[in-house]
Amino acid sequence: MTQPALQMSDVRKVYSMADNEVVALDHATLTVGADEIIALVGPSGSGKTTLCSIAGGILSATEGSIAVGGEEITDYGDKELTTFRQNKVGFVFQSVNLVPFLNARENLLVVDELGRREGKPARDRADRLLDELGLADRAKNLPSQLSGGQKQRVAIGRALMNEPELVLFDEPTSALDTELGQQVMELIRSEMKSRGTAAIVVTHDERITSYCDRTVHITDGVLNAD
Amino acid sequence: MKLALRELVRKPGRFVTATVILTLIAVLLMFLGGLLDGLLRLSTGAIRAQSADAIVYSESSQSSFLRSRIEADDRAAIEAADGVDEVGGLGVVLLGARVPGNGPRDLANVAVWGYELPPTGVPEPPAPGEAYADELLQADGVEVGQELLIGPARTPITVVGWVTDTAYNGSGGLWADLDTWREALAQNRPDAVLADDVVQALVISGPGDPAEVVAAADAANEGTYALTVDDAISAIPGVDEQSGTFNQILGVTVVIALVVIALFFALLTVERTALYGVLKAIGARSRTIFGGLVVQAAAVTLIASAIAGVLVVVLDLLIPPGSIPLYVSVGRIVLSVVLLLIAAVIGSAFSLRRVLRVDPASALGN
Repeated sequence: MTQPALQMSDVRKVYSMADNEVVALDHATLTVGADEIIALVGPSGSGKTTLCSIAGGILSATEGSIAVGGEEITDYGDKELTTFRQNKVGFVFQSVNLVPFLNARENLLVVDELGRREGKPARDRADRLLDELGLADRAKNLPSQLSGGQKQRVAIGRALMNEPELVLFDEPTSALDTELGQQVMELIRSEMKSRGTAAIVVTHDERITSYCDRTVHITDGVLNAD
Repeated sequence: MKLALRELVRKPGRFVTATVILTLIAVLLMFLGGLLDGLLRLSTGAIRAQSADAIVYSESSQSSFLRSRIEADDRAAIEAADGVDEVGGLGVVLLGARVPGNGPRDLANVAVWGYELPPTGVPEPPAPGEAYADELLQADGVEVGQELLIGPARTPITVVGWVTDTAYNGSGGLWADLDTWREALAQNRPDAVLADDVVQALVISGPGDPAEVVAAADAANEGTYALTVDDAISAIPGVDEQSGTFNQILGVTVVIALVVIALFFALLTVERTALYGVLKAIGARSRTIFGGLVVQAAAVTLIASAIAGVLVVVLDLLIPPGSIPLYVSVGRIVLSVVLLLIAAVIGSAFSLRRVLRVDPASALGN
């Protein structure tokens, strides 16, 4: 039986601030199937980013258990989480955040440089991804020479470079106009589905939920599935 | 590391300010170091050139050749000492020399040495009335075959060849036999006349290491004491003070380089906090990011040092010989580069805490 891409059980994240405790995530339980695309919708400060950070191995949970692709990461320390991020998850950030002095191809290869260091197989994978994303002729362009949509596609390619179990999209369309946003969401859906890779798309734009298999709402750190 | 080097190549403008400042600091470091080396060569060459293990002075001399007197019986006692194989007399007198073709008041500063055991690079003592001249005297117009008139008594000494790096107290060496030196001393410094069997100092060698030779000489005679050649160099008036002062200035210059590097890379780290957050989120370790910073600091320092090295060599070629005591050597340039590289590593290390504190979570939600 295929392992779920993400299995979060009863996860809490509590921040201590002076004498107060702020509960960012409150007993969140979420399972994302192996090729499922989930829209995580909620207002600012609702806990979307915290959930993504925990699922992506950036933050540790205060309570509960987290497994990604069958790998239990609940008790991982910083080093193990770094290795986990290198190998198991992909990120697409809100403001794209490509490395400005690297061209499109190198922005994909940076994942290999920081992690597995496969060499030629990684270079071949980067070329294939760029080709699939329609960026083969832009491989040598710096981010400053790319349009907003092209940058977003490079960021998606970077997120897929390590062949992740789960890709976390943080507001992927917030900086794009409606038409471009829809194109990017179509691309995300086709890329994820063609690879059988799971994704969580964080958004507060209800319009893009139609590109996802399921929508999960979060309010004040509490998850409510549709 | 590749990432750091690519940034250097693709965004060189970002590093220009630091490179220019470090180049100026490196020029200062190499130039001051060259001046120190030049001054030390001028002051100590004749002693450094001694191939013996130690130098023997009379008890009350305070390690000054001009105050030192080694009598025949002192010499005999040291020659008889166990642990001393070779003994040679040594003496010096500092005088002005009239050079043919120069004006009557245009005197060359010379140190007339009388020796028995040849220092390194100096041949066996020449015939009476002749001397090997230090190349430094070429700047005063001295040529081989010329007869120099030494001191107020105008004692004639003929130059028969050149020797290198044997200056003393800022004066070019004239290396003659003991009789020629003694004659120049007697004619020009009547207050310091020495008998035929008296010298100012002895250079001695033995089968043991220099410290053992010193101990053997000290044990053999009460009226004298011996110093290793290194100690004799330090005993030259002003040498330690000169070295100390210059080394402090060089040390401050290295500290300034360190501060410049620390500030520059601290600013760069602040500027890159968002990028570092993203890199950490996608799997970069802090040590990888910090390693990149160190590589950039070292690369900028190496580029600055290379430019500075070329500038200092060009400066050395442009400065007329003998005008300032600048001595540019590969050793000094390499030492300066090593010091600057150490400063670069330590300076960039000040950004380590900031790199460690970059939270990969900052990449999300922004």
